[in-house]
Amino acid sequence: MPARIPIVENILSANDDLAVRNRAAFDRAGVLALNLMASPGAGKTSLILRTLEVLRGRVRLGVIEGDLASSIDTDRAKAAGIPAFQINTGGQCHLDAVMIQAAMRELPLGSLDLVIIENVGNLVCPIEFRIGSHLSVLIASIPEGDDKPYKYPSAYRGVQALVVNKVDLLPYVPFRMDYFREGVEALSPGLVTFALSCRTGEGLAAWADWLVARVTENRSPAAH
Amino acid sequence: MHELSVTQSVLDIALTHAERAGAKRVLAIDLVIGDLASILDDSVQFYWEMIAKGTPAEGATLRFTRLPLELRCTDCGCIFSPDADSFGCPACQSSRVRVHQGEELRVESIEVE
Repeated sequence: MPARIPIVENILSANDDLAVRNRAAFDRAGVLALNLMASPGAGKTSLILRTLEVLRGRVRLGVIEGDLASSIDTDRAKAAGIPAFQINTGGQCHLDAVMIQAAMRELPLGSLDLVIIENVGNLVCPIEFRIGSHLSVLIASIPEGDDKPYKYPSAYRGVQALVVNKVDLLPYVPFRMDYFREGVEALSPGLVTFALSCRTGEGLAAWADWLVARVTENRSPAAH
Repeated sequence: MHELSVTQSVLDIALTHAERAGAKRVLAIDLVIGDLASILDDSVQFYWEMIAKGTPAEGATLRFTRLPLELRCTDCGCIFSPDADSFGCPACQSSRVRVHQGEELRVESIEVE
């Protein structure tokens, strides 16, 4: 006799549960975890390396790099002198909580304040998978075009900050900032936004200050 | 592109609940998926046939309920499905809108015997 069982469970609840445990482990170590998402080529690695320069001496940074293949990004981070761990997803289009759990064991969390997790370059899949970060940050870059909030709306949901990179290219690329911002505002009202250029350094200070403030908040007992 | 992970999770959830209910077979699964979740039904179906094979959920029918993206205007309260390239309210032209529906990604129920 067939019977119906009501469930009403989020499909990715198993991943979500593990993400909660990852986050608790970051909390125990006093580390703020940041999930950095963007399309390929928007400037995730550039932003990390630039952020490292600006935060040196203020915040102890570590990185987890997610790519389909290669250790290029991790090599660059290590060359810059920061603890880094490379996840090669072997074709999977996003990082998930299991991968982060494994990567966390490879980083000296006790001597870090901030871990930036560079997700796989993709505006679709990483959005659905929580990894246990405290903050999610999206990078949009000027050459990608001003219609991205309309074409990839889910990428603009559930993030705590938006970085608009490559603003030095604004004179050369058609990009209606008002149109772009209108789309962002509908999807994430009041989203903290930093317009900057990793190439020229313009706007980086404001981003770095915001990040330092988040790390400081995380260190204070009131955060937990 | 992430349908394999999603499909695996659907199978895990269905099997867990079926076992808990003492059921022998899963006959059907009702899924509710919003358009913002970026999931293709055909792709889930494709993976389903592969991964459900040999489990008590083999041959189960996947029933998809799709929910389109809907926005709500905070000025006039109008609920609407936006155009492809604009999020403005069609009733009052306001650009102050919020997401009303479209992020769902859940197993609603299963049918077992």
